[in-house]
This record gives sequence, structure tokens and C-alpha cells, in this order.
Amino acid sequence: MYNALGISVQGGQATVETAAQFQPFFPGLIILLPLIGFLINGALALRHAQVSASAVRLGGELDLDEGGHLPATHTLPSYVAPGVMLVAFLIASVNFARMLSVELHDPHVIEYWTWIATGAFTVEAAIQLDQLSILMTMIVTGVGFLIHLFSVGYMRDDAGYPRYFSYLNLFIFFMLVLVMGASYPLMFVGWEGVGLCSYLLIGFWFSDREKSDAGKKAFIVNRIGDVGFLIAMFLLFGMFGTLDFVPLFSQAADLEYGSRLVTAVTLFLFLGAAGKSAQIPLYVWLPDAMAGPTPVSALIHAATMVTAGVYLVARSSVLYALSPIASATVAGVGVLTALFAATIALKQNDIKKVLAYSTISQLGYMFVGVGVGAYAAGIFHLMTHAFFKALLFLGAGAVIHSMHHSLHRTNNHQDPQDMRNMGGLRTFMPITWGTMWVATFAISGIWPFAGFFSKDEIIWQTAAFGGAAKAPYPMLYQVYWVIALVAAILTAFYMTRMMVMTFHGASRTGVEEVKHLHESPPVMWIPLIALALFSVVAGWINVPEALRETFIGLGPLTGEWLHHWLEPITEQAHHIQELNLGEVAEQAPFGGGEVTWALVSTTLALVTVLASFQFLRRQNVKVAAEDTELSGLSKVLYNKWYVDEIYDRLIVQPLIKSSRFCWKVIDARVIDGVVNGVGWAARALGFIVSMFQTGTVNMYAFVLTIGALIILGVSVF
Amino acid sequence: MTTLLDFVSYSDWVLHTLIWMPILGIIPVLWADEQRVKHVAFWWSAVVFILSLGLWWAFDPTVGGMQMESATPWIESWGVSYSLGIDGISLFMVMLTTFMASISILASFNYIQDRQRPFYALMLILEAGVVGVFLATDLFLFYVFFELTLVPMYFIIGIWGGARRIYAAIKFFLYTALGSLLMLVGILYLVYRAKMFIGAPTFAYSDLLQVPLSGTEQLWLFGAFALAFSVKIPVFPFHTWLPDAHVEAPTPGSVILAAVLLKMGTYGFMRFLLPLFPIAAQHPVVVTTMLVLAVIGIIYTACVAAVQSDAKKLVAYTSVAHMGFVVLGIFALNLNGLQGGLIVMISHGISTGALFLLLGMLYERRHTREIQEFGGIARVAPWFATAFVITALASIGVPGTSGFIGEFLALLGAFETHKVLTLVATLGVIFAAYYMLPMVQRVFFNPLDKQENREIEDLSKRELAILAPLCALMIWIGWNPTPLLDRMEPSVQVVLERLDEAILEDQARVGDEVNEPQVVDGGQE
Repeated sequence: MYNALGISVQGGQATVETAAQFQPFFPGLIILLPLIGFLINGALALRHAQVSASAVRLGGELDLDEGGHLPATHTLPSYVAPGVMLVAFLIASVNFARMLSVELHDPHVIEYWTWIATGAFTVEAAIQLDQLSILMTMIVTGVGFLIHLFSVGYMRDDAGYPRYFSYLNLFIFFMLVLVMGASYPLMFVGWEGVGLCSYLLIGFWFSDREKSDAGKKAFIVNRIGDVGFLIAMFLLFGMFGTLDFVPLFSQAADLEYGSRLVTAVTLFLFLGAAGKSAQIPLYVWLPDAMAGPTPVSALIHAATMVTAGVYLVARSSVLYALSPIASATVAGVGVLTALFAATIALKQNDIKKVLAYSTISQLGYMFVGVGVGAYAAGIFHLMTHAFFKALLFLGAGAVIHSMHHSLHRTNNHQDPQDMRNMGGLRTFMPITWGTMWVATFAISGIWPFAGFFSKDEIIWQTAAFGGAAKAPYPMLYQVYWVIALVAAILTAFYMTRMMVMTFHGASRTGVEEVKHLHESPPVMWIPLIALALFSVVAGWINVPEALRETFIGLGPLTGEWLHHWLEPITEQAHHIQELNLGEVAEQAPFGGGEVTWALVSTTLALVTVLASFQFLRRQNVKVAAEDTELSGLSKVLYNKWYVDEIYDRLIVQPLIKSSRFCWKVIDARVIDGVVNGVGWAARALGFIVSMFQTGTVNMYAFVLTIGALIILGVSVF
Repeated sequence: MTTLLDFVSYSDWVLHTLIWMPILGIIPVLWADEQRVKHVAFWWSAVVFILSLGLWWAFDPTVGGMQMESATPWIESWGVSYSLGIDGISLFMVMLTTFMASISILASFNYIQDRQRPFYALMLILEAGVVGVFLATDLFLFYVFFELTLVPMYFIIGIWGGARRIYAAIKFFLYTALGSLLMLVGILYLVYRAKMFIGAPTFAYSDLLQVPLSGTEQLWLFGAFALAFSVKIPVFPFHTWLPDAHVEAPTPGSVILAAVLLKMGTYGFMRFLLPLFPIAAQHPVVVTTMLVLAVIGIIYTACVAAVQSDAKKLVAYTSVAHMGFVVLGIFALNLNGLQGGLIVMISHGISTGALFLLLGMLYERRHTREIQEFGGIARVAPWFATAFVITALASIGVPGTSGFIGEFLALLGAFETHKVLTLVATLGVIFAAYYMLPMVQRVFFNPLDKQENREIEDLSKRELAILAPLCALMIWIGWNPTPLLDRMEPSVQVVLERLDEAILEDQARVGDEVNEPQVVDGGQE
């Protein structure tokens, strides 16, 4: 019921017609399969944990290789978990192909059962198939499958192997509920569900206090955002009387542009998005989340879950288009986060921490995209980022895996994730090295890698939006545009730094240790190659028309394909924008068109990569144990601007202190003081109390009760 | 199923049976020898539960009023009758009671070692009392049952409790008895007014509904009833008996206390307070006061819970927070709020009951409840940890569990009428994570660094049989609450219609004097 003119029309009729055109192919199975995988792996995990528990109880650990072959609880998940993902991906592909072949204008909603129905509020357990949800489903199942595959190699030796896969499958289930759910409450089920899985997987090695803490922190910080989501739902229900997407958005078009209610709704929704997608001020959980196994970081904390916030804004594009304040906030928070996280990434030594801050920064770009009304561009960057960031994390995982093995074999207790202990890994891990450079080019925005097209699109749209005829805050958007460009340069720098410290220069791992370094097994590098491929070509599906002449076309897939594909989702929002803001600008604030600035930004990125490569390669990096104390700005950046410490001082500690005050003073002294006073007075009467203290009184009262009941019984009958 | 139930004329005898059968159970329990008594008690309560299951089908979900009604005169000169009935509000409370009673008797097998016969007899009396509270349609009978529940609970805490059991038992008794005394006065006044209006004294609920009361009378009576129920729920600041009672009570006592006894308070609000005193219940000051207390309960007790070192006390405090959501839902005075409140009541009964069961099982193994004494238990007791985590998640209202449905609807309803207060209440979602997750972490995760914890056994088959249905219910209600909501809705509608009618009548009365009718925020969606 999306309508080009923004007028709500004959609802039911249109849906029926489209249903005849688009034939979904068992879409429910896409969600169901990971759930089945979870149940199977979960059962195996419990069985496995039971066996290892008896070993732990005796003071030891379970020896996995006892008798030369692994138990079934350890081998079955290797097939079940990636298997269900592959089938789910194939089913999703069929649906995608079918949607490609028809003109699906209205979302295709399939209802399964009535989930919640009070007299005043109804929500169905229903999934919605449309251009956006099918694209997200493809990313989730596709990248998800590759990461499941990688995990088979990465987690093989872990004692919690089946448990790991049960959580991973459960995560995919909830993620699919999130993207396919046809209403906000159902999306919220997925929303908190993925948060739960993230909690379980960050704290996967729960015997480690620090990792367990990290999981808890993620959950609690996410819940702060979730409150925003909940309140937004309450507001939306008050406005529309429904929380289903289709009827809600078709009514939304009638709302007044810039009304306070819409602004409130969208800002609350964005609070939820900021929690899940790690934006200022709620980003603090994501760096800590790196405590989880590295494939988890790739899947949950880079490719899928953390992008849910961007999906949420894109899904609600109609509402955001109606609120210039909320949109400016989204873009502003996004661009600030992009810059802020990039500065921190400059000085991190833990390879995963660099990638974590880089993820936060890139998520910031996506929010800039959806904040300037370029919803397709935001989703585009979400998609390309899913490929290259998953690749970077998996590559980092391969490095850590190799480092861990070599340090473990030589009884070295150095940190396997600290890049200061790496260097020169290129010769030992050529595939990892090569694919990670591809991803680095992609994230830095170098032509023709995927990140160039998606990031440049966002930066350009920011400039264009600020230059729109009736842009609400033109200056603001110009500032955003400049910051976005600066952050892009920083990105190219810190990524090159990471690559140089890890793969180039002399090896700092140690003479004995080096002998044990090795490339990963095929089950791990095949996903790397696949993702590297996508990190190149994924950008080609949405080449801007203006760049088309400078880019050698690749047939039907070029020419803003994604933009057009998502049009049924975004057209209503674009229509509102055009009505209220006028045409967007053709020129950037300092002159120059789209092509010019694309050239400028890719040149800047390339120059930064090359220059910093030359510069950093010659730098003498000390191993972690011998490294000197930092000072000045470097120290502040290394310590992440002390934000965690500030939060602790300003929020966490006062909360704990006031909680104690409530308990020790208000509860124990004030309220109980009054109560005990009354009780003391009663005790002074003494009569009842002394009676209760004789040992036999229970029989008395017992008889009393029985007596009362007998009287009651007799008088009734 | 329905045919079978009709064939045995189930509807005619089931309500009586659910009260009297547990009482009759005292005889075999007291008669059985010490070794067998727990099995006798369990199977007896299990049969009661199975009998109550028929209500699911025998109950007509399209009817809003009382069903399966029966009335026998009892003390005719006072207008007291033994009359029972069931509707969509009490239906699930009754089923929850029979279910949790058998569960907690099954959970007593190891915990209760001495004086078993009186213990199980008291549990059965308690069950009868609570079922009676939910089924009584005569206020005298209701009051008798309401007070009757105090006695067995008092002894269960006082005899089988922990070190400070006497203090806890007396505190429990005095707190709640004092609260309900005022209610008794209120009931008597109500009957007195009924006598003036009808001509004869009557305690029958349906008669009392007809009694016209002035606004001032309603406010006073509301106060008297509300105090009794608020202590029971408990609403802040009447909650301090609860942590003590829970900490000292034996596991089955805590389970029953949390799962069903507290619900008598919120049930009282829905059954008696709103319909009997509709004007007072809709008075803006009253509504705001109750909502403010509910919100304080949600946030304040969550904070207090978070800093507890005793796991059982922590869970006890969370009960107050959860019941805050129920009160919030009730005083939303609309369908979403009331139905949400009812779901929270069911969900809290199951999940908090399960939490107390799990902590009891932990206590049986380690003889401590101090959180810092544990750590890393998930490694030696994976089934235990799994059950605990599922329960904890349901308790803090993660979507996909029963807790979410209830809290969501209660908040959704309350938001329609009171935006700011609900906004604050929604923060409870964060606080829930703040109290629950650190506890889960410190007990089940973290290093397994104590030898005593290394020796903790995983769940036994009996324990698994106790927890599995509870966990299944939490998840089932989380994904399919509609069958429950459908059965509640007509009865909740009746309550809301009564509220609206009262406002209209009042306006009609006032309307003669004032030209401009007041716009009142009623219960309509």
C-alpha cells in the first residue's frame, strides 16, 4: 500500500493482486531452519556439557580426542549448523530471484497465527517479504553461512563447540525475525533476541570474568536503547492504533510534516538504533564485545546485528522523512560517531579493537546516509560493509588463530591479538594477507572496490541534501559533509596501520614461535575468498548514473540498481522530501559535481593508503612487553577518550550507591523502623507473641483451622 | 473433550471440588506413614490440578460474567452464602494455583525432612484457601478464605523456615492481618449500606454491586480495601515483610507465596476494587497515587534488588517490581493494561516461582544463598544453568517469553493514559537487566574457583520434571498468549463497562447541577 502520491488507497485489493504476481517459496522455512538447527545443536550441547561436567567435577577437563576420534556431539554440529544456513540461503535466493522477475510494488505479508490479541490491540505473527527484507535476508543468510563455515575451522578445538553453534543458529533465527517480521513488536522480538544471543556469545567463554562482564555490559547498554524502541512503539500505537508496518506506513503519509509527535517517535526509535548499532552515546558495549569468539564479531558485531539500527531507520523511512529534526539528529550522531570512533581506532594495538572502532565508525556513515534521506545509500553501505568487514574480522580471526597456535605451542603467554607482537605475517598467511588488503581497499573507499561506491554515495548525498532548495539546516549538512570526508581519510590511515603492523615489516612474534605460524585450512580461507570477491563486486550494483560513463558497465546490474530496487520502500519518503525540501543540489558546497568529488575522495583515500604505508612500514614497532608508555593525545586516544571511566564515575557508581542507600536507609531504617515500632508495641501486649513461641501452638492453630473449616462445611451442607 | 466434560457434568462440581478436595486431602496425608506422605500429598494435589485442567474447555470464552455459579445459603440471618463462580479473571489464577501447588509439593521432597505430615497438610489447606479466594462470589466467604491463607503460611514460615523465621512469620502475619482488618470493616459497612438499600443484609458480590455509594463513601471504602490488597501485593511502601518472609520461608513456601499469594492482592483490585468502587477507582488522585506507587515499586525495588548479596532476597525484591507492572496495568483502566496485568500475574507466578525453586535446589546443594559463594556453576551443572537462564530471561521480560507479553501490554495500556509515568516505568526494563544479569553471572558464570561448587550435582530427574513444564509454559505463553487473552477479554470488558457506566451515572447525577459534563479519561481504548 505504498503509494507514489502518498495517499492511502484501496488496501486489500492491491495486496491480493500482487500476491498473484509474486509467488513466495517457503519463506517460513528460512526462519524455521536456523531454529531447527538451534534445537539440534542445543540438545547436542547439553549432552556434551553433561559429559564434560563430570570431567570438570573430578578436577580435570574433557579430553576431546580421547580414543582418536571426536564424539558425535562434536562432529554433528559441523554439518547441521552450516547445513541449515546453506539451505536457508538457497531458499532465500529462490525468493529473491522470484521477486526480481516480477514487479512487486506492495509488500507481501504472510500471516501464520495471531500472536497477541487483546480487545484493543492485535498483532499477527507474520512475515513481510519486500525488497528490503529480502535483501537483508540474503545478507544475513549468505554472510551467515560463510561465517558458520569459517567457524567450523576456527572453533573446532573448543570444548564448547556444539554450544557455540546452537547460539549462532539461534542468533540467525532472531536476526531473521528482526528483518522479516511484519510489525514493530515482531521486529522487537528479533531485536532483543539478537541482543540475547550477542550476550551469550560475547560471554561464550563464561569462565573468564572479563568476557562474562563484557556480555553483561552489552545486554544492559542495549536495553537502554530498547526502552527507546518500546516507547516509540507506545507512541506509534497511540497515533495509528496498529503496529503493523503496512497499515501504519500507509497512514503515516497523512501526518503533518515536522510534527512534534513524529519527531518524538523517530528520536525514540533512534535511541533504540543507537543502542543496537553502537552509536554515541551507547557505543561503549561494542569494543568490549570483542571478547567473544572472532567469527561472532564478524557475524554479529560487524555484518548483521549491529546494522539492525540502520535497517530500523530505513524501514521507518516514511516517519524519518517527516521529521527534519530527527533526520538531522540521526545524521549528526552518525557523522560524529564516524569521526570519534575513527580517532580511537588510530591508536589501538589489539587487532580486533581496531576493527571494532572501525565498525562503529562505518555504522556512523550508514546513519549519515539514512539521516540525509539517502535510505538506499545507507542500506547499500550496510551491504558492502557486511562483506568487507566480515572479511576483515574473519581475516583477523585467521591471524589470531595462527598466532594463538604458535604461542600456545611454545608456551608463550603473549597476547595473540596484539599487533605489536605480529609483523611480517604476509609470508606465512598469503591468502589472509591478500584478501584483507582487498577489504582494506574497500573500506578505505578506493575505486573500484565496493566501499568506494557505497561510502562515496553517502558523502555525496550529504552534500547534495545540504544544498537542497529548502534544506532545513544547510550549514549543518555542510559541516557533516566535511567531517565525513575527514573521517574517511582517518579510515584509510588506521586500516593501513593495521595491515602494516600485522602483515608487513619484520616479524616480532619470536624466533621459535614463527615456526608454528601457518595459513588457515581451506574451510577457513574459502569464506575469505568468497567475501573478498563480494568486497570488490558488491559496489557495482549501485553505480551512480553520473559515474556510469567513467565506469565500464557490467550489463544490467549497473546504474543505481539497488536504488531502484528499493524504490517501493523509499518512494513515499522521497516524495515527502521532494514536497518539502525541493530538489537536491547538483553541486557540493565548494563547487564541483558528483564525479569531481568522487575522484577527489578516492584520490585522497588512495594517497593516504600509499603514504601511510610508506611511512608506517619504516616505523620501528616494539613488541607489547617492551612498549613505552604513551603520552599526550596518543594516550587519550589509546584510552578511548576515557569514556568508560566517565560513565562509570557519572552513572554506574552513583547508581550503585543510591541503590545501597535505598536498601540500607529507606528500606531497613525508615520503613522497617516504622513497622518494627508497630510490632514492638504489639509485642508489649505480649499476649499473642508469647503464645506463638511455645512449641505446641502449631497444633493448636491447626486444630483451630480444621475446626473453622468443619463449621464452614457443616453449615453449607 | 467438551462432550466428556458435559457427560460427567463437570461444570456442576468442579469448583467445589477444587476447594474441598485439597482439604479432604488432609486425612490421607495425616494418616499416611512418614515415608510415603510426600507421595500421597503430591499425587493428591496432582489430581486436583488435573481436575482443574478441564476448566480450559469447560469455560466459555465468550461470556464475560460469572460461570459455573452456585450459591447455598450459609448464615441466612446475615445474608451470607456459600457461593462460588469463575470468570476470565479468576480462571487462570485458579489454574495457576492448582499447578503451582503440585509443583511446590513436588519440590518439597528433599527440602522438608522433619514433621512432614503437618507440612503437607498445611500446604493442602493453603491451596484450598487460595483457590477459595479466587472462586468466592460472596464477600464473607472471600474474607474467610483470604484470612485462612494466612494461617498455614504463618506456620510454614514459622516452623520450617530459616534462622529468623519467628521474626519473619510474625512480621508477615501482623502486616497482612492488620491490612485486612480494615477491609473487614469496609465489607461490614458495605453490607450495612446494602441492608439499607435492599432491605436485607447480603454479602453476595452481585448484590453489593447494585448498592449505590456516594463518591466520599467510595473513596473511604476504596482506601480500606486498597490497603489490604496493597499489603498483600505488596505495593511500595508496604513491601518490607516480603523479603523477610521469602528469605526465611522454606522453598515451597516461597514458591506458593510468590506464585499465588501475592496475586490475591492484584486479583482483589480487579475483582472488587474496580467494580465495587468505580468512581473512586477512576478518581484522578487515586489513579495517580496508585500509578506513582507502582512506578516507585518498579524502579526502587529493582535498585534494592540489585545490591542484595542473598540471591533469594534479590528475587524477593524483584517480585515487588513485577507486581508494580501489574498495578500499573490495572490502573491504566483499559483493556491492554488489565489484560497485560493479568498476563504479568501469570508470568510472574511461573517465572518467579521457578526462580525460587531453582534457588531452593541450589540451597539444597550448597546450604547457602550468598551470591558470592557461587561462581562457574554452569560448567558442572549445564542443565541447571540452562533452566536458570531461561527463567531469568522470562523474569526480566525478554521477548519470546511470557514476561514480555505481560509487561508490554501493561505498559502499552498505561501509556495511553499516563505518558510520563509510563515512560519512567519503562526504564524498569533496564533495571531488570541490572539486577538479574549480575546475579546470573556471579552464580553460573565466572571462574569455577571453589571446590564446593565443583561438586554441585546437575538437576535430578525429579527436578527436571518440575522445571521443564515451567520453562515450556514461559516460552509457550511468550509466543502464543492469544488463547489466554481471549478467555480474559470478555470479563475484563465487564469490569471496564462497569467503570464507564459508573461515570455516566455519576455525570447524570451531577449533570443536573452542572451544565457542562466533565470529560473523563475512562477505560475506552
